[in-house]
Amino acid sequence: MGFTKRSDGRKMDEIREMTAKVGIIPNADGSAMFASGDTIAFASVFGPRTLNPKHQQDPEKGVLRVHYNMLSFSVGERIRPGLSRRSQEISKVTEWALAPALLLDDMPGTAVDVHINIIQANAGTRCAGINAAAMALAHAGIPMKDMVSAVAIGKIDDKIVTDITKEEEDYKEGEGSTDIPVSYLVNSERLTLLQLDGKIRIKELKQALEAGKAACKKVFEIQKAALKETK
Amino acid sequence: MTLKETIKKDKKREIVIPGEIIATEKDDLLPGDWTAKSGKNIIATRLGVLDKSGRIARIVPISGVYSPRRGNVIIGQIEDITMRGWITDIKAPYSAFLLLKECPMFVKESEMEEVYGVGDLVVAKIFNIGRASIDLTTKGRGLGKIKEGIIMEINSNRVPRVIGKEGSMIKLIKTASGCEITVGQNGVIWIKGKNSEDELFAKQAIEFINENTIIEGLTDKVEEWLKKNKKTVKKEDEPEVKEEKE
Repeated sequence: MGFTKRSDGRKMDEIREMTAKVGIIPNADGSAMFASGDTIAFASVFGPRTLNPKHQQDPEKGVLRVHYNMLSFSVGERIRPGLSRRSQEISKVTEWALAPALLLDDMPGTAVDVHINIIQANAGTRCAGINAAAMALAHAGIPMKDMVSAVAIGKIDDKIVTDITKEEEDYKEGEGSTDIPVSYLVNSERLTLLQLDGKIRIKELKQALEAGKAACKKVFEIQKAALKETK
Repeated sequence: MTLKETIKKDKKREIVIPGEIIATEKDDLLPGDWTAKSGKNIIATRLGVLDKSGRIARIVPISGVYSPRRGNVIIGQIEDITMRGWITDIKAPYSAFLLLKECPMFVKESEMEEVYGVGDLVVAKIFNIGRASIDLTTKGRGLGKIKEGIIMEINSNRVPRVIGKEGSMIKLIKTASGCEITVGQNGVIWIKGKNSEDELFAKQAIEFINENTIIEGLTDKVEEWLKKNKKTVKKEDEPEVKEEKE
């Protein structure tokens, strides 16, 4: 039988309904919200500001620091609040996904702090977080050479599926499911994030990356529209 | 809705996003502030409004932290006192330094606290900017310690709107409220009036501008607002007078 139809009736390459908004947190220097279906991420940016303690400063360029946090009520069963192995890992990969877009050379000794909070989760939280963070960084007036867009591609059984949900992620039959979050610098088409959880053939991975590139362009249009509405 | 309409109406104030191509080879433009060359095109490197004047394409930021420029008059708060001067927080990525000799009078090292103490607010001018250092001076007219009045903060990118063309907007508020207003380029505003009602009225007027920065013909709108609200302030005053009579 295999996987032939998505439970929410989407096409294989269709993204969920996405909304984005800029400037939601008045106390932050820049902030944004990004929602993809049931997954909602809030990002707030503080800085550039002087980095303390001083030994963490970089005398050549500014430092990007990302904090990813999943709120305890964001998933079905309450998760323990605070740092976890998973949140630290995602903070780090988000940092690496965003850094290539930023131009921090003119602000030595400073830090740009990005706080990502997931208030509701239904798979693809790191991608929603990256999308929100990229918008919040732009809103905070951080010099950037490009925008970053991310999407979670999945391989469910033997089909390449765009923007997967939790239900699809837990698919067990046939070849099972593989989760591949990707992020791109949209205009220069450079890959900044590629993770893979599961099994996949090289040929299928190439397909997944192409699907990711196409989906990121759709995501970017939503980010662009929201940024153009900045007050 | 109104925001969308005004943006559509006025094509000059189109917002560009980082990475967006703002000029191609055909346009024959030079990259200005917050832009970069990408191949043969010019791209924006910051969120803002595109300004093409003359041969230069530049971005005027609409959000973000204050970026200091030489010659700016700012309002800062004394953070710390060192042997050579005062460390001042000016709402920029770096703290600024106010040198001891940049004080209008001679100050002994032991008397520094009495001139500018920690927590004091000062109106100062940026006279030099290094790679990661900002030097201030308080020598000059209108510069020095703030002793009375109220302080308010807005985003530094909205300061030009509050001041208006050649100070037209701020002059309007000054005459309507009868207050002295000093607008720091870092977004800190000092209002000094005869009484707190006048000061609050001026503050509300500035808040009105801050909320409506994108609307064109703002000066007329503010004039209207000032007229309308000045009346309501008086109305509030009247019953108080009656009560006293009773």
